[in-house]
Amino acid sequence: METQGFKKIYTKITQITKATCSLQASGIGYEEMATVNGRLAQVVKLQGDNVTLQIFSGTEGIPTNAEVVFLGRPPVLKVSDELAGRFFNAYGEPIDGGPEVEGEVREIGGPSVNPVRRKQPSELIATGIAGIDLNNTLVTGQKIPFFADPDQPYNQVMAMVALRAKADKIILGGMGLTNDDYLYYKNVFDNAGALDRIISFVNTTENPPVERLLVPDMALTAAEYFAFDKKETVLVLLTDMTLYADALSIVSNRMDQIPSKDSMPGSLYSDLAKIYEKAVQFPEGGSITIIAVTTLSSGDITHAIPDNTGYITEGQLFLRRDSDIGKVIVDPFRSLSRLKQLVIGKQTRKDHPQVMNAAVRLYADAANAKTKLENGFDLTDYDVRTMSFAREYSNDLLAIDVNIDTTAMLDTAWDLFGKHFTKAEVGIKQEFVDSYWPE
Amino acid sequence: MEENKLTTGKVSGIIANLVIVEVNGPVSQNEICFINLAGVRLMAEVIKVLGNKAYTQVFESTRGLKVGEPVEFMGHMLEVTLGPGILSKNFDGLQNDLDTMVGTFLKRGEYTAAIDVDKAWDFTPVAKAGDVVVAGDWLGEVKENWIGHKIMVPFKFEGKYTVKSVKPAGTYKASETIAVVTNADGSEINISMIQKWPVKVPIRAYTDKPRPYRLMETGVRIIDTMNPIVEGGTGFIPGPFGSGKTVLQHALSKQAEADLIIVAACGERANEVVEIFTEFPELDDPRTGRKLMERTTIIANTSNMPVAAREASVYTAMTIGEYYRSMGLKVLLLADSTSRWAQALREMSNRMEELPGPDAFPMDLPAIISSFYARAGYVFLNNGSTGSITFIGTVSPAGGNLKEPVTESTKKAARCFFALSQQRADSKRYPAVDPIDSYSKYLEYPELQEYLAANIAPDWLANVLEAKNILLRGKEAYEQINILGDDGVPIDYHLRYWKSEVIDFVILQQDAFDKIDCSAPIVRQKEMLEKVLGVCRADFDFDNFEDVNPWFKRVINVFKQMNYSLYQSEDYKKYETELVEVINERKVA
Ligand SMILES: Nc1ncnc2c1ncn2[C@@H]1O[C@H](COP(=O)(O)OP(=O)(O)O)[C@@H](O)[C@H]1O
Ligand SMILES: [Mg+2]
Repeated sequence: METQGFKKIYTKITQITKATCSLQASGIGYEEMATVNGRLAQVVKLQGDNVTLQIFSGTEGIPTNAEVVFLGRPPVLKVSDELAGRFFNAYGEPIDGGPEVEGEVREIGGPSVNPVRRKQPSELIATGIAGIDLNNTLVTGQKIPFFADPDQPYNQVMAMVALRAKADKIILGGMGLTNDDYLYYKNVFDNAGALDRIISFVNTTENPPVERLLVPDMALTAAEYFAFDKKETVLVLLTDMTLYADALSIVSNRMDQIPSKDSMPGSLYSDLAKIYEKAVQFPEGGSITIIAVTTLSSGDITHAIPDNTGYITEGQLFLRRDSDIGKVIVDPFRSLSRLKQLVIGKQTRKDHPQVMNAAVRLYADAANAKTKLENGFDLTDYDVRTMSFAREYSNDLLAIDVNIDTTAMLDTAWDLFGKHFTKAEVGIKQEFVDSYWPE
Repeated sequence: MEENKLTTGKVSGIIANLVIVEVNGPVSQNEICFINLAGVRLMAEVIKVLGNKAYTQVFESTRGLKVGEPVEFMGHMLEVTLGPGILSKNFDGLQNDLDTMVGTFLKRGEYTAAIDVDKAWDFTPVAKAGDVVVAGDWLGEVKENWIGHKIMVPFKFEGKYTVKSVKPAGTYKASETIAVVTNADGSEINISMIQKWPVKVPIRAYTDKPRPYRLMETGVRIIDTMNPIVEGGTGFIPGPFGSGKTVLQHALSKQAEADLIIVAACGERANEVVEIFTEFPELDDPRTGRKLMERTTIIANTSNMPVAAREASVYTAMTIGEYYRSMGLKVLLLADSTSRWAQALREMSNRMEELPGPDAFPMDLPAIISSFYARAGYVFLNNGSTGSITFIGTVSPAGGNLKEPVTESTKKAARCFFALSQQRADSKRYPAVDPIDSYSKYLEYPELQEYLAANIAPDWLANVLEAKNILLRGKEAYEQINILGDDGVPIDYHLRYWKSEVIDFVILQQDAFDKIDCSAPIVRQKEMLEKVLGVCRADFDFDNFEDVNPWFKRVINVFKQMNYSLYQSEDYKKYETELVEVINERKVA
């Protein structure tokens, strides 16, 4: 695979564990790549002449006399416009039968953008989904995950958002993706005629889990090339980051590190932040927006993976099945877009922030009324009205199958206010009530 | 201080940013060294010594580093440079000036000067020949933005010195000698506007640190009215993600009545720092009429920047705060989030395979946190004037559970507890400070009680305590209603609950993104509290509990319109009149 002039070759491994092997070698750089009997590996520890290598595809069948070749460089990706429309594995090797990509060799997992060289994100991304555009508006340069149980249709929603987002490039980083889901993405993008805008780095369930660790960095190195060098609008989709974190914990457990909460490595926050913080708006115009998926185990957001993610990302979109209307909705309580205030009421109609908050508050009242009902109490007239409001709000606005523009969303909300409540109950600033309260 | 022959060494082991160095001479704990990586010098700090092995944490990525590379030790700890020109800067955690760095991406080994030593300043002398001075005494003053920046006897000077000469008023470069002093032996020492200080050592150039007592106005009602912070006080804001820690801190940084603000963005989002340096240069400081950025300094070590420098960043910020406090200024120091700093300590401690404490944090975490908070405070300087550092940190508890080591340790160290509640955030009751669990210990200080009585109103404290009590009783009533049902309780329970809701909606809740509501001066807070208590104390006539909710909603709505209106404006007065009308509909005379 590599055709470099100078390579160091060793054949005496002194220690083998499930994920690593060690040997005596000198002049080796930290995080340098190597091959062990042809399998890719990376230096994770140097102690005197003792070098520990993490073998991405595992150590099964590795003999003590395996041929270890050091490549003299960290993991890299060749970047150029030829990446567009191509499908790669976690190592950046083509899996679509096409030729090798020629281009500039870049280290993956490179340095961070100087914070003073960033621009404040300001471009709204319209998705047509009111649960997103009305309550949790997205902005270019944002990083935000879907929090969803494994049975939610997050891959479908993400593909829909990606296609509506008007990005110059869509980069898919698939980690532990089932082959079916991988083909689903390929099909959707193909049918939309978007294949030439797509670049994929995919590790499927058929590949060794530790290889996933390379996927986000590969995807983001390609993203930086298009966003920074080419000043394009780039959307990066990372699915499923929970499986990425699981791979991190496999490696750290095998290296005998002390686990912290939920058997995750103590560095989980920093590890995830390094990925998500690649989201950026450059002043020169290019941007990287990251939409990710973090699957939950039965809705538990206190688990270390969603918890650390929530502390890093600029909000989260929480998908939930609403049994009252039999549809999947973007839950207004658990969801949040932290960048929404940069655009709502500015690039959207002025009443947007107040309408959004009032509707969610009334929806919360409905939840309380529902609890009352479940506990066997009589409902007041107001309770009954909030509950019928909630059903319509959920169906007409929160459901993921809604596809309208933001002004229509706001008008719908005002119609629902007028139908179910008095002006005082809605409690919005007088100037907006004067302009938008329906007759 | 500085040694002539510096120790050197060779890299012998590398695990992520922990680098083990074999040394050939003496090294000290926390000493700074530079590790060579193919010509690039990486800065590192000694965090443990075992025999001839120094364990160092590198402030940069170690990718590509090799065993055997040479290391130079510097003979001093991590230091910051202090002098005019710090204000309005954007520094990283090691005080490198981010604006003078080249290129879009951070390059490791690129260290930029914190202060431009060639910049000229208009200097006015304060001391004169013959004065006897000690560390921290004022020698002269320059104008930095609008602040009178004092040039002081360097903090490292021990004992007494006699001023030999001070430069007359004029324009001098920061690096020029502006004063000459003689020590006990009669040798002369030149002093410039610039000095250095190790960040992990507190600056103690003050005579006394009394209990703080002056209210620090923040414009945030749930703080000023309900849980006040004082000049030189400490507080912390724990809360799960998305509960409003950063928004609250940003509000404080915009509105708090301080001379200058130091914001340490410690292991959080880069975009939140971008927000500050994008918006602050445009926003006015209502007190001075200048731009907010003129009083603000940012220490940005965001989550994707090297982990070891994250730990350093809070110390860098505190040291800069202490420097300005020594000039007799009111400093507000904000750190978001101190949990990230604790996590940085945890990452290193794990790499060194130390015996872990609770949740794998280092055993001495509580001590580290409390000695950091102890550096804040209100002080009397040598010349009798006062200065203060008010410190408010956020805490990001894992899983939102407040029973975790960082929250528990901080609770012992900080005197104000602004607990953000997930439930309040979910129902958009911002700021989501829990009205029942949160507290300000300062409210129990007789010194502050006297101050409030003299400066706001004699019955102010009684009113605040009454409001807190109404909130508590309202919560109890609400629980009863939930257990027994709306019609299973006397109407009085509904009234009690709704009175507490009035306080909640009108006093506690505040829209940080509304131009007017975001900040309420204390006179306005006083008026609102009195009006709201007027409602709470009154008796109302209701036959049916179903009428209670809609009527109180109307009351709350009018109150809210008042909060959204310019104080004492025509609109404000219109709603004030309307409020009286609505109240009189039900009020029992
Ligand atoms: N006082 C407030 N007024 C209005 N919205 C708020 C307020 N505080 C927080 N929010 C909302 O909550 C979101 C998260 O707040 P943030 O301070 O970033 O949370 P944290 O730092 O605790 O994770 C904000 O983006 C904003 O939408
Ligand atoms: Mg925050």
